[in-house]
Amino acid sequence: MTDPLLRVLLLQDYNTRIVLLGTMLFGACGGVVGTFMLLRKKALVGDVASHAALPGVALAYLVLEVLAPGTGKSPPWLLAGAGLGAASGLLCAKLIQRVRLIKEDAALGIVLSIFFGFGVVLLTIVQRLPTGSAGLNEFVFGKAAALTVGDVVSIAIASGLVLAVCFALFKEFSLLCFDEAYAAALGWPVGRLDLLLTALVVAVTVIGMPSVGLLLVVAQLVIPPTAARFWTDRLGTMTLVSGLIGASSAAAGSLVSALVPRLAAGAVIVLAGTCAFAVSMVFGRQRGVLWHWLEQRDSERHIGQLDLLRACFESVEETQRRAVLTGESDLTATPIPRESLLTTRAWSSARLSRVLVAAMRDGVVRLDADNHYRLTHEGARRARLAARNHRLWELYLIHFADLAPSRVDRAADQIEHVLEPELIEQLENLLEQDTLRMTVPVSPHP
Amino acid sequence: MIAEFLQLLSGWQGLDTWIAITGALAAMACALPGTWLLLRRQSLLGDALSHAVLPGIVVAFLGMNWLEQSDRGASEVVRGSVNEVVAQSVTGDLARVARRQTVLFVGAAISGIVAALLTELIQRWGRLERSAALGVVFTSMFALGLLLIRLFASRAHIDADCVLYGNLETTAFDTLAGTGIPRGAIVNAAMLLMNGLLVLVFFKELRLATFDAELAESQGLRAGWVSLALMTVTAATVVAAFESVGAILVIAMLIVPAATARLLTNRLSLLLVLAPLIAAVGAVLGHVGALTLPSMICSRIGLRGIDDASTAGMMAVTTGVLFLFAVIANPQQGLVRGLFDQLRLQVRIAREDLLGRLYRREELERVPDMRRELPRTWAAWIARRRLLRKGLIQSGTLRDELTDAGRRLAQDIVRSHRLWESYMARHFDLPGEQLHATAERVEHFLDPALQAKLAEELNQPSIDPHGKSIPPVVE
Repeated sequence: MTDPLLRVLLLQDYNTRIVLLGTMLFGACGGVVGTFMLLRKKALVGDVASHAALPGVALAYLVLEVLAPGTGKSPPWLLAGAGLGAASGLLCAKLIQRVRLIKEDAALGIVLSIFFGFGVVLLTIVQRLPTGSAGLNEFVFGKAAALTVGDVVSIAIASGLVLAVCFALFKEFSLLCFDEAYAAALGWPVGRLDLLLTALVVAVTVIGMPSVGLLLVVAQLVIPPTAARFWTDRLGTMTLVSGLIGASSAAAGSLVSALVPRLAAGAVIVLAGTCAFAVSMVFGRQRGVLWHWLEQRDSERHIGQLDLLRACFESVEETQRRAVLTGESDLTATPIPRESLLTTRAWSSARLSRVLVAAMRDGVVRLDADNHYRLTHEGARRARLAARNHRLWELYLIHFADLAPSRVDRAADQIEHVLEPELIEQLENLLEQDTLRMTVPVSPHP
Repeated sequence: MIAEFLQLLSGWQGLDTWIAITGALAAMACALPGTWLLLRRQSLLGDALSHAVLPGIVVAFLGMNWLEQSDRGASEVVRGSVNEVVAQSVTGDLARVARRQTVLFVGAAISGIVAALLTELIQRWGRLERSAALGVVFTSMFALGLLLIRLFASRAHIDADCVLYGNLETTAFDTLAGTGIPRGAIVNAAMLLMNGLLVLVFFKELRLATFDAELAESQGLRAGWVSLALMTVTAATVVAAFESVGAILVIAMLIVPAATARLLTNRLSLLLVLAPLIAAVGAVLGHVGALTLPSMICSRIGLRGIDDASTAGMMAVTTGVLFLFAVIANPQQGLVRGLFDQLRLQVRIAREDLLGRLYRREELERVPDMRRELPRTWAAWIARRRLLRKGLIQSGTLRDELTDAGRRLAQDIVRSHRLWESYMARHFDLPGEQLHATAERVEHFLDPALQAKLAEELNQPSIDPHGKSIPPVVE
């Protein structure tokens, strides 16, 4: 069993297991907290938090060096500095927004860039110290492989806390996401809840810094919840899915980077999340592009067939030159020339062929030996219904909506496909049409 | 301390001038598109763009390296015949700078446009909120860029630190052969020139598309195209500036000067002049600060051997300080102005309250059994001092008393108060004790015209709902 792939995948290395646990916990926290931030339309607040953490880290390092030279690389203190930096950055962003001329986006951008600039200044100072800045770069770019047991224990405690808060205050946070004004009206401390949520973002930033680095922490707050949004409309499920996506992309990233040490874990974790996002966007059950597209195609096909049937009905009506069609035989026996269909619907020839093929497959239209199209019995029934619905609506528009007869055809065309039986019944009552005989009223316009 | 500052600055050399100039040019070039981004509320687009161009830049670097290597191979072949090629002319060098920038620009522009298209696509097809779509795209592309840097760092002489934080100090060494002008300065100057020209030529279109996209559309101007063009120009500017100030600090150059200028003026044309000006000042101060502040501060707290710090970072900080100044002191609605206005209002209200109280006490015609009321708030204290100085009240033996001039003013205030109480009693079904509270607030804001209107509507009443007399109009 010396195959490295197998070794990594079976988690035989103690180190791999440690790293995996640390990054997965962070991924889950990011996903859960990010869900609330996404729904509050503050997805990019995490970006500010992570950039603003840089001066915090560097300042903590410098303070430690000044107080006791050589003790700068103490992760707990550096992380505390990061937390303070991120928190003060978000506070500044809030304060700046008080100035009326500065909008939210500008406030975020200003804080992000100035804090980061300050961080860079401090970082260059640290680099000029005799001890160097080796410890700090790990916080900027992340070094998942260097996670120790101690790190992972603290990550576990912190993420446990974050998840517990999210679980305990789930109801409060969800109301905050969907109807802040209502929550305030109920007397909830909206301001404090918002502050708590911000604190959670800061916590996630700090948790993620040692593994993925502060530049990429924001990705774990944005990508998993956005991906989860495609799968569900329920907040509880979405939070769960988002946490799962976060954790599994973190796992995938750590494993890949364990296999290929040249690939930095942070970036790979983010890109794994991006893949999950792409898959969700296409296949997501609730809002996925694929399902949406399929639904749209189905409804388009349905509408196309209804339009075809009505066109058939009108074509028969024309050839029979009779005001009212009663007998079923008229509808099924009369050949329908392709040209008349083309002119009534203004379809392209290819589109007509497509619709006709679909209609024949569904057994509503048949192509007879004499090379003419005719309606089948089922088709005749449906065609009569379609035409009837269309004209009932036209009559309704003329009588009750005061529309000119020349304009009702267009209006009815848009609504006839969605007329429900109850609505039809109401229309019949209104227009005093005979329900039992199912006669089709005469078209009110030429 | 000032002596120390000057002594540190005396080390300023020609190189420092070039660093400051390059930084200022980069900042000015960024400030122009940044102003439009700020006005369009797309500041975070600048942030996103500066992250998203990273993969394009890395790929361009790789491509350029490959080109230069093949060039070198070719020139080695022909070296025997043309010896003089080695001594490069200025024009030849300029051509190389131009080519290098073109390759970089194309790479960055491609990734910028890809980012824009992906964002649009995700937003439309995924039916997501814009900032979320933006967040997904730019973090992913940034991660990709970082990964590419890690993978090819050895091959492309590209350093993550340099890309992120910029390295203004070393770009000044990279001069155009024979002239001593840094290439960065030339590139950014060209960018500034181009941006300035674009703003001048398309000022009307930009203004229309920014402030009223619908009107722009109705006049046949495609707002979508304007938006895309602005993005492309921003991407190009970001690329030109990123080598000097780094991918992330570009955001500071884009947004902060524009926001600072926005606080100082409401006029668009002035804004477009002020923003680059502030950017330039911030940049020059940034270099001065980078040379002096770190060593001044570090030597005091006991860290030795710190002579300077990142100029690019310090530029962001100094521009931020300028912004802070504008927030505090801008004439329209700065914090100072706001505090001052608030103070003035509080003092006025306290003054009028004091006058009203004294008037009512006179009305009661009670024996002055009370001692002088001491002002309870500092606003009331200031108000009393002012009234005394203006001779509106005088300090009697036991208490303050109104002078004739003061009584006239007080009469006006009490009239406002009681007219409002009568009006409220007429039109709202409120119990008597609740009338007082609103009148107490409104009395300070009733001007003579409104007072006359109220009196007219109430048929010139002389008694208020509490049965007290309403004083007549003051002549």
